[in-house]
Amino acid sequence: MDSILQTNLLSLILFLPAAGAALLLFFPRDQVDAIRWTAFLVSLAPLGLSLYLWLQYDPTLPGYQFVENYRWFSVINSNYHLGVDGISLPMVLLTTLLTPLSILFSFSVADKVKAFMILFLLLETGSLGVFLALDLLIFFVFYEVGLIPMYFLINLWGSANRQYASLKFILYTMTASLGLLLATQVIGLTLGNFSIPYATEFWPKLTGNFFGLTAEGLRTVAFWAFVIAFALKVPVWPLHTWLPDAHTEAPTGGSMILAGVLLKLGAYGFLRLVLPLYPAESAQFAPWLAFFALMAIVAGAYASFGQTDFKRLVAYSSINHMGFVVMGVAAAAATRATADASHGIIALNGAVLQMFTHGLSSAGMFLLVGVLYERTHTRNLEDFGGLFPLAPVYGGLLLFTSMGSLGLPGLAGFVSEFMVVRGAWPVFTVFTALAMLGLLMTGAYILKGIYKSIYGPLNPKWAGHRLEISAREVVAIAPLLALMLVIGVWPTWLVGVINETITRFMAG
Amino acid sequence: MNFPFLSVITFTPLVAALIILMLPAERKSEARVTALAAAVFTTLLSLYIYFGYDMSAGGYQFVEHWQWVPQLGITYHMGVDGFSLPMVLLTALVLLTGVMISWGIEDRTREFMAFFLILSVGVFGVFAALDLFLFFFLLEIAVFPKFLMIVVWGWPKTREYGGMKLTLYLFIASVVALLGVLAMYVQAGSGSFDLLALAQADFPVDFQRVWFPVVFFGFCIMGAIFPFHSWAPDGHVAAPTAISMMLAGVEMKIGMYAALRLGIALMPEGAKFWAPVIVIFGLVNVLYAAYIALIQTDFKYIIGFSSVSHMGLVMIGFATLSTEGLVGAGLQMFSHGIMTALFFSVVGMVYDRAHTRMIPELGGLARKMPWAAIGFIIGGFTSMGMPGFSGFIAEIPIYLGVWKARAQALDGMPAWFAGLASQPWFFPLVAVLSVISIVITAAYILLAVQRVFFGNLPAHFDHGEHAVGDVRALDKVAMAILCGLMILIGVYPAIMYPLVYTGLQPVLRLLGAL
Repeated sequence: MDSILQTNLLSLILFLPAAGAALLLFFPRDQVDAIRWTAFLVSLAPLGLSLYLWLQYDPTLPGYQFVENYRWFSVINSNYHLGVDGISLPMVLLTTLLTPLSILFSFSVADKVKAFMILFLLLETGSLGVFLALDLLIFFVFYEVGLIPMYFLINLWGSANRQYASLKFILYTMTASLGLLLATQVIGLTLGNFSIPYATEFWPKLTGNFFGLTAEGLRTVAFWAFVIAFALKVPVWPLHTWLPDAHTEAPTGGSMILAGVLLKLGAYGFLRLVLPLYPAESAQFAPWLAFFALMAIVAGAYASFGQTDFKRLVAYSSINHMGFVVMGVAAAAATRATADASHGIIALNGAVLQMFTHGLSSAGMFLLVGVLYERTHTRNLEDFGGLFPLAPVYGGLLLFTSMGSLGLPGLAGFVSEFMVVRGAWPVFTVFTALAMLGLLMTGAYILKGIYKSIYGPLNPKWAGHRLEISAREVVAIAPLLALMLVIGVWPTWLVGVINETITRFMAG
Repeated sequence: MNFPFLSVITFTPLVAALIILMLPAERKSEARVTALAAAVFTTLLSLYIYFGYDMSAGGYQFVEHWQWVPQLGITYHMGVDGFSLPMVLLTALVLLTGVMISWGIEDRTREFMAFFLILSVGVFGVFAALDLFLFFFLLEIAVFPKFLMIVVWGWPKTREYGGMKLTLYLFIASVVALLGVLAMYVQAGSGSFDLLALAQADFPVDFQRVWFPVVFFGFCIMGAIFPFHSWAPDGHVAAPTAISMMLAGVEMKIGMYAALRLGIALMPEGAKFWAPVIVIFGLVNVLYAAYIALIQTDFKYIIGFSSVSHMGLVMIGFATLSTEGLVGAGLQMFSHGIMTALFFSVVGMVYDRAHTRMIPELGGLARKMPWAAIGFIIGGFTSMGMPGFSGFIAEIPIYLGVWKARAQALDGMPAWFAGLASQPWFFPLVAVLSVISIVITAAYILLAVQRVFFGNLPAHFDHGEHAVGDVRALDKVAMAILCGLMILIGVYPAIMYPLVYTGLQPVLRLLGAL
């Protein structure tokens, strides 16, 4: 037993959810409670294992740990190659944490429970695979395969406009990934294999002529192919339009994973692939990335403020918050292996931390919006108002989560956004200063959300209604709030792991 | 004397067909059970030789060689290698699943099962034959029952037209190809129709350049190459379900199989010369047919054009003349075979129950037939090259092969074409353009899924005399076999690619790719 935990820990974490999904296939359709609890318990296993992984991981060691490498498709030299470092480890923990919480919240799903839970577990395997993959083709496999469960979660359990939203979601993402697919093929072909560590070392040094292009020209084209694929996933302005539709239509559990985990796949793509594989191109085009990030921050915040649908408001806020991740990435790209690397290190630490903290706060926000929607069957902010006395616990949780999302000092969002801004300021002073406009609007839309829902005069429509959050839902959100507080006060346990990897990376 | 596996596999369906024809017409259950037993038996034998093939030894194995017409150099010569073995297995699987989903045929059951089995005799034999006379002999055996089955059991609206069109196109294709084969026979001068003997002939380069397109494009008509593709959707739509499965799943592969075996392998210099032309035809197939599939309103036509589109990828893979491209094409032939068999079986299930295939009249059927919906969705993901399914495993090497490919012999081509094809971006551009088909495919598959299986169930399908029921248990078994294979290959490609690679090594050596 001990040996499997040592040699195949990542595979266990990766495939336990899929195995659980396979197990659920044999459950009778009407045994909904058994299905729900089995799904929940199965999803706790990867969480336990990733906590074990966290404890066993040694941040001081360079390179990847718990590496597994097996032949998979040797005629094209693609291997089943997994490993974790300080960037992927927090993402694994985030994914394995959010999945059981989303499943717990989704106990309220009554329609086609079996299929829902199976898709949810498959979604976890798909997302984890991206974070664990050290082979470009395996990365792409999981990057794409995760679309399937999300497509069906939106299509089958979504609200009124779900057909349109689910098709838009999958076609947009697939189209943007075409370039990634082609560029992956080119890398695999020119280098002779698909290993990410190998490509990190040799792809930037490639010289010669390929397909009528110089190596530099080829890298530039491939760079943009990667950037477009990942920027759409993050999403970065102006490729964000699928997100509000997908979020608004998705069931609450799906929205939690979509915002909490799937958006991170794009940001993770920047960290794992774009920066290491294209150092020169990243540095050259970093101002562009910073500009797009700025637009995401500002436009996301303004658009969020303009919403009347509570869920859409939260959806746009994700664009705003993920903009800070990209801003951090851009600052790191511009300063890597230069005298200013220390700023980039701070910014990139902030970016990874922001990925984690946004995962917590956005999942929490979507959960709370979902709670309200399940009781009122409306998401229109104008329909709410003054709900605090009716649902004091709910109001308190919404207040706390909103403050975390807003970036209140003492909560997690503040630490990460501060680090990004602090690191990016000396690098892109103007852009960062303009991004403050977005931060201002963040305050405005968060306050609008709280004000319209729980403060103000009570909408008489709801007098006498039971709107209070249930114990199960409190259990589902409590770990998120606890972590927001812990990270806000003592981020070292997380930053310590992230920082070692990033510092080594930024040295060039 | 070794057990004659290939002859037994090939002629078991024939024996079963004769037994069935001797049954009284009203003994329908016996006819069905006999057909199923024969199909199971051939499938088990095919699996046995699939896993019994010795990859380290390579070459043709399970060989049977007897004199037949020695005066003309005709022998009964059978054998399989790593390239034909997956095709034999594919034929067995489509035969098996085809019998399963035809369980409900009440009209002349006896004849249907017998003809379907006879059809498979020809198909099995073609993949095992190592003598070209035997090859064409068996190829024509496959045509006669096909025509009858379409005309008798086909879709009443177009069965005469579709059956006639398909049969004529396939006849013409085989006659054109036969012409090229005869030219090789004469040129070789050894007086033998044996494939292995012809492979030793070493035809002059000029001869190869003239006759390669005759053989290759002749067979490609059977694979529905543009602009000779229209028989495929028309024929497939007119045919009864099991025949559509066999036609699109296996018989299109005969064309591509023979194009490689008799075209590229016997005339590699001709293949090098024509490769840039083939790749353009393949690209047109891929994109044009995908676009046409997108605008169809008949559920079955969508699948018919989808097959044409996917066969284009096989042509592109061949045209790369590289290890990756050929292995990918071989995998695509198997993957597309099981996938399209699944598609046609689902379309058949829908049509049998809803009595219409027009997309606007359908909807919400997942509630009535969830297995069919899941089967179609899994096939759909395979079709759009989604990772985790066999289609991805097949397409990735093809694209890699395209990136790698270079025009090798352009002297003698028109100057403008030589100038175009010699550009270093010529093949990469094909890769970039053909990859667009992934999104088009995703669009037409998902739109079909949404419109047929999701959305609102029309009231008359829900209750009343036109209510739609669930699929039969055997339908579920058939779909589970096909879906399981797509996922198995998608997750664990090592179950197939080493075999295909072994089978292609001699060709690749001839092409200088190894």
